[in-house]
Amino acid sequence: MKRFRMGINMSFISVFDVLGPIMIGPSSSHTAGTAQIAFLAQKMIGGAVKKVEFTLYGSFARTYQGHGTDRALLGGIMGFSTDDTRICDSFHIAQERGLEFSFKIDKKDMDIYPNTVDIHMLSSGDREMTVRGESLGGGKVRIVRINQVEVDFTGEYSAVIVIHRDKPGVAAHITKCLSDSSVNIAFMRIFREAKGHTAYTIVESDNQLPVDIAAKIQQNSYVSDVMIV
Amino acid sequence: MDFRNAEELLDLCNKNQIQISHAMKQRECSLGETTVDSICYRMQHVLDVMRQSAIAAVKNPRKSMGDLIGGEAKRLSVHRAKGKDICGNILGKGLTYAMGILEVNASMGLIVAAPTAGSSGIVPGLLLALQDEYHISDDRLVDALFNAGAIGYLAMRNATVAGAVGGCQAEVGVASAMAASAAVELMGGTPEQCLNAASTVLMNMLGLVCDPVRGLVECPCQNRNAAGVANALIAAEIALSGIDQLIPLDEMIAAMYMVGKKMPAELRETALGGCAATPTGYGLCSGCGK
Repeated sequence: MKRFRMGINMSFISVFDVLGPIMIGPSSSHTAGTAQIAFLAQKMIGGAVKKVEFTLYGSFARTYQGHGTDRALLGGIMGFSTDDTRICDSFHIAQERGLEFSFKIDKKDMDIYPNTVDIHMLSSGDREMTVRGESLGGGKVRIVRINQVEVDFTGEYSAVIVIHRDKPGVAAHITKCLSDSSVNIAFMRIFREAKGHTAYTIVESDNQLPVDIAAKIQQNSYVSDVMIV
Repeated sequence: MDFRNAEELLDLCNKNQIQISHAMKQRECSLGETTVDSICYRMQHVLDVMRQSAIAAVKNPRKSMGDLIGGEAKRLSVHRAKGKDICGNILGKGLTYAMGILEVNASMGLIVAAPTAGSSGIVPGLLLALQDEYHISDDRLVDALFNAGAIGYLAMRNATVAGAVGGCQAEVGVASAMAASAAVELMGGTPEQCLNAASTVLMNMLGLVCDPVRGLVECPCQNRNAAGVANALIAAEIALSGIDQLIPLDEMIAAMYMVGKKMPAELRETALGGCAATPTGYGLCSGCGK
């Protein structure tokens, strides 16, 4: 299935969107898209995942096995991209690596977008994170929730995700760090739990992000975490 | 440089005396800020993956994840080798490749969505069969893929290529239209003939529903990919002979979209209608929790 939800960061339709993605079958939404969501999730937690629980909703909950959705998710969590033939063997590889994994099926939640997955991860550094992703068709995806905060980004651009207190000056600090490193911002949005509480600033860029950018942004005392995706 | 519909594309081709593939390359270079060399290199990789997936199932038949298909490409190949085949070389090979790719796809092999995974057999199926028969170079096949991409882009931009939105006509129908147009350019037809062929396919596949048994990309998807090759071949032949098409491609894309939107949800990838809802199709659905 290939269905695009037009959004602000929808780029032009390339010939490689028509003849692509190059992917492990059988479904661009149920296989390639889910591998991509899990791939983004493991990049966000930054480091090897030692334990993961996937919760499948909607169409995923009903047809995940016949579409290899489970193998694709597990492969993505191990860093396999959508065209990596190891996806087929991901159960075996996960067991070899000692990665603990489980799948939960939620057929009750009907309000949710039909192709949704929650990924609850524990990293080797004992960091915990839950990411919710939607598969939009044609291998396109978006991340719509990090922990309890609603967000929206696609992973098609280089992105930096900053977790911080919702305080004045933090956004200015982030943009200054980026401009000092000559990073051109394509999109920037701030999502927050509530006024003054935890906020997520997501900046997407056309350029590759410099490696030291996370450390620079981290210097602000309100910033608790920086993820590069 | 951009074109929004088939009419603008044709104007562009006629004004500059270029093929559709050339116009699509120019568009990609200007909007994607890249070079012809770089996109041709990337398209060659697309072609390489297509070719691998087209021959894999003949050599190594595999059961699909859902256990509904597997081994069809091999059977077709063996049947053809006996010399009693009735489709001729191009259609015979094309449908073998197309069904083989769907088998590879359904058994978690590597494929190129064209434009979707469920319709991924048609464009490579027909183009690779033409390459075999007429000894066409890879460079020319890469050009043909840009032509196919242009048709797919127009459908994606102005309608849909999602079975869940427009039914199978939007997936297999569009893939077949892409293949027909590409085949016409490959065989020396004009841009107008390419668009005519694409229009003919959409006309002939109008109303085709998306009704996958058990919700899986297996049956009837694999058979429909074979039908997509046949439809593309018919339409390309009609166009190449110089027969005009009454209804322009833009209008057929709009008609396809309109028909898709009028289809009940049961016939749009929900596995609740058509083949999926037959006693046999539904009987196979005991495990999918409806």
